Amino acid sequence: MTSLLGSNQTSRSQLVVVGNGMVGHHFIEQLIELGGLDEYDITVFGEEVNLAYDRVHLSDYFNGATAEDLAMTTSDYYLNHGVTFYTNTRVIALDREQKLVLIEDGEAVSYDKLVLATGSYPFVPPIPGHQRENTFVYRTLDDLDAIKACADKVKTGTVVGGGLLGLEAANALKNLGLETSVVEFAPRLMPVQLDETGGAVLKEMIEGLGVSVLTATATNDIVDGEQAYHRMNFAGGDFLETDLILFSAGIRPRDELARQSELEIGERGGIVINNQCITSDADIYAIGECALWEGRIYGLVAPGYTMAKTAAGHLMRNVGAAFTGADMSTKLKLLGCDVGSIGDAHAISQGARSFIYQDQVNQEYRKLVVSEDGKKVIGAVLVGDNSYYDTLLQYYLNGIDLPEQAQSLILPASNGESVGLGVDALPAAASICSCHNVTKQDISDAVASGAMSVADVKGATKAATGCGGCAALLKKVVDNELTALGVEVSTDICEHFPFTRQDLYNLVKVEGIKSFKALLDKHGKGHGCEICKPAVGSILASVWNDYVLTNDHISLQDTNDRFLANMQKDGTYSIVPRIPGGEITPEKLIVIGEVAKDYKLYTKITGGQRIDLFGATLAQLPEIWKRLIDAGFETGQAYGKSVRTVKSCVGSTWCRYGVNDSVGMAIKIENRYKGLRSPHKLKFAVSGCTRECAEAQSKDIGVIATEGGWNLYVCGNGGMKPRHADLFATDLDDETLIRYIDRVLMFYVKTADRLQRTSVWMDGLEGGLDYLKDVVINDSLGLGDELEQQMSHVVDTFQCEWKTTVNDEKALKTFRQFVNYDGTDENVVFVQERDQIRPATEDEKYELIAKAV
Amino acid sequence: MNWNLICTKDDLVEDAGVAAMVNGEQVAIFYVPEAEESVFAVSNWDPIGKANVMSRGLTAHLEGQWVVASPLYKQHYVLNSGQCLEEDITLKVWPIKLVDNDVYLAS
Ligand code: SRM
Ligand SMILES: Cc1cc2nc3c(=O)[nH]c(=O)nc-3n(C[C@H](O)[C@H](O)[C@H](O)COP(=O)(O)OP(=O)(O)OC[C@H]3O[C@@H](n4cnc5c(N)ncnc54)[C@H](O)[C@@H]3O)c2cc1C
Ligand code: SF4
Ligand code: FES
Repeated sequence: MTSLLGSNQTSRSQLVVVGNGMVGHHFIEQLIELGGLDEYDITVFGEEVNLAYDRVHLSDYFNGATAEDLAMTTSDYYLNHGVTFYTNTRVIALDREQKLVLIEDGEAVSYDKLVLATGSYPFVPPIPGHQRENTFVYRTLDDLDAIKACADKVKTGTVVGGGLLGLEAANALKNLGLETSVVEFAPRLMPVQLDETGGAVLKEMIEGLGVSVLTATATNDIVDGEQAYHRMNFAGGDFLETDLILFSAGIRPRDELARQSELEIGERGGIVINNQCITSDADIYAIGECALWEGRIYGLVAPGYTMAKTAAGHLMRNVGAAFTGADMSTKLKLLGCDVGSIGDAHAISQGARSFIYQDQVNQEYRKLVVSEDGKKVIGAVLVGDNSYYDTLLQYYLNGIDLPEQAQSLILPASNGESVGLGVDALPAAASICSCHNVTKQDISDAVASGAMSVADVKGATKAATGCGGCAALLKKVVDNELTALGVEVSTDICEHFPFTRQDLYNLVKVEGIKSFKALLDKHGKGHGCEICKPAVGSILASVWNDYVLTNDHISLQDTNDRFLANMQKDGTYSIVPRIPGGEITPEKLIVIGEVAKDYKLYTKITGGQRIDLFGATLAQLPEIWKRLIDAGFETGQAYGKSVRTVKSCVGSTWCRYGVNDSVGMAIKIENRYKGLRSPHKLKFAVSGCTRECAEAQSKDIGVIATEGGWNLYVCGNGGMKPRHADLFATDLDDETLIRYIDRVLMFYVKTADRLQRTSVWMDGLEGGLDYLKDVVINDSLGLGDELEQQMSHVVDTFQCEWKTTVNDEKALKTFRQFVNYDGTDENVVFVQERDQIRPATEDEKYELIAKAV
Repeated sequence: MNWNLICTKDDLVEDAGVAAMVNGEQVAIFYVPEAEESVFAVSNWDPIGKANVMSRGLTAHLEGQWVVASPLYKQHYVLNSGQCLEEDITLKVWPIKLVDNDVYLAS
């Protein structure tokens, strides 16, 4: 046995990865997925301080995302998989003969197989003065920290380079509050992706946003300025004064290790690789932006991922693994302007012909490039409106024959008709998600093996989890596949209402409808069912907040809501009094203890910082609640699709680290939102400092105290599919915090599906977190006041349902065990365990009954 | 077969159920004014959840039939036949009628 183990260990090869960027990390993940840990000991070196992070979304770092949010992995992931990793460690040389990797401090590590994933560096044109202080590049988290620190102190900024990254950087400078300029050497913006008119339209749009754009402008030198820190002198004699300069003039592959060790290098740089991503040394692979395939460098993440997969496949002896090029079409939002470019954007192919549409009023420009025979799309340029992109891209990638009126693909749809390509028409091999190389076939397969929703398919295939650009298309394909399988993807809530929950919510609200019957008469058919009744019951409660056990509403309530308690497996109920923020006096604890003792209830501390009493019969519920209410308790609504608990940590009042009163805030929040009925249950937490003892980042609404106030997190989830909450806003004062929570919650109540937790709602929300921020923080829909008013209506009309019930003779009547008999349910039998009751099992019941006879 | 007076209409809950004890058996009585029958009686025992809870389920109208959904695991039972829509199981049913204000059940 031991020898087997030992031999296994020594037989593993040493695999070293240089570079822990997006592609290097993806490679490791892929290799692990393919079972690579059985064969390789993996070691990875990264020069940056952070482990791999999402460079594609680097700019989010300026919009509140933290390094953690951008992280693509954790040290735990590597540790758990036995991957040895070094951060902040640069590899300085390779010794190919002895198969060694040399690192900065002189240490050497040997390898059997080596993977170079060193990425690229921003090219800085050698203009005299380019090394002055306050000049930057835009590539790493460190770069962004440095830019931010400088931007805080100055007024103006200039980006050298008007390409894709340059414009993204310009947007960042603008958002940092700088008066921003872009200087581009070429005669137009985005010269690679756009044609002349497209570039001109984009320039006009960007200038309209207050960013000045100088095209066809070469900088001669950079010297001290008079009004600002720098003065950039241009070739024609003009100049520009600016405090901060950011170079974004293209990228160059980081091939220095390959050069030093004499691997084959392209004429203009880049490590030459073949279709298996192998360099001129059979034991060395190169992947990502440092690799040169057929004379090309790919500056996008998707081709890099494909290379990573290829190399991992090859290392695991998959002979079919090959990289055969990638499409460079792109769709972007730059400074808020839609820009798209597909294939031969410049119409340089033999015989290429174009359709062109331009709308100078709305600043839209579109060009469709078709083949000589007019049958296929070979390229396109879009500026101003990207809604045409997905369809055009699918025509292009899949070589689909153009419709008779090809120009309709770029013309605005008249009278609402859609010219989009039905996903039906896509061939099985059509690539839906290029980041993760997911085809239509992969999605069909996932659906065939049980995925029933976009979320399932995302989980199974990773589609739409990279850049996210394919999300809308993915949804269409998934819906289409489900329909093909005969699964109804109708969004109607049930056979009684041809509406979604959102529609019903709006009808109830706008038409002032107050009962299920009224809604059914006006907008539904038939008599309702166990789907629409509770859904409408919940909507009525969210909007009007009436007592739920009135004649009109009682039959709408799910079993638990109808008796204001959670039914257990034997038909008895549990009782959960509200304990706001988890804070409770000894007196109240004693009352709970006494009640539990008197009624012999099983007592347990819940996962939500309160106390659950189990084993009460239907008829006992009102009596027990009367005692609790007399002692000052309120219903905890553990039964409702409503606000559950606000978990707290002890916070600044006691804890030596606390920076704010988390318990106070938790109680405030719980008392404000208790009673709110919503599409699904809502959980909150408030932590007193970043140590996060209350686990706020796993809640629907999480609040964490900071030196500057409160950070607000939204849409987290524990449960079946945990989801980390998203950071929504930082350093809020109490009032703003509450206002944002009001708005987020009411917007959720208004727009979510039935039984959809906030996490799933967020994942399906078009536009995602940014959209929600826009709605809540910038009030982009003009809904802010309305949402707040609705919340104050709910707050103002709060009543403890149990208090109302114990004082309502009519309601109390419904809690009788039997309408014609005073006895109890003989099937409810308890046995003792650890000094408390629990329901007897079938066998135990059988025995007990046998004994009794 | 004898018609026994069980309770009055006021004891019932519109569009929902209540439980009654009849000759030592637990009966779930549903009052559905829109239905032709207007009252239904099925066994209160949930054969899948194994508890006396059927009276606490939600009533529904599905594809032309009146049904109750078990509060425990949500199977549907047709109210006038007791037939389960998902499994091959049938609940016992009793003849029941509403005369003026009184509810009679035959056993
Ligand atoms: C009592 C308690 C377990 C305990 O003994 O600690 C509990 C018990 C139940 N949970 Fe829970 N959950 C309890 C805390 C949690 C937590 C932890 C927390 O809140 O911090 C979670 C994960 C956090 C979250 O929700 O994101 C949790 C995730 C669930 C889920 C999965 C939700 C999801 O989105 O995946 C369900 C199922 C559902 O709601 O559809 C569920 C459903 C249930 C139900 C209602 C199942 C049922 O229908 O019978 C249980 C009955 C409660 C009862 O009879 O009183 N319970 N449940 C906890 C009550 C907390 C309270 O004070 O109200
Ligand atoms: C602001 C910005 C926006 C972008 N937007 C998009 C987009 O929308 N879509 C898209 O597809 N792509 C985008 N990209 C490009 C994308 O980020 C890259 O294609 C991707 O990061 C390439 O991955 P990589 O692993 O090859 O290189 P990198 O992510 O750069 O990783 C290489 C890593 O290797 C390290 N390294 C290098 N040499 C050594 C050494 N000798 N020793 C140790 N470590 C070393 C580097 O420090 C780096 O951490 C964007 C890039 C930026 C900067
Ligand atoms: S989260 Fe911070 S303040 Fe709260 S208990 Fe933990 S350490 Fe203390
Ligand atoms: S294309 Fe980037 S996530 Fe699918």
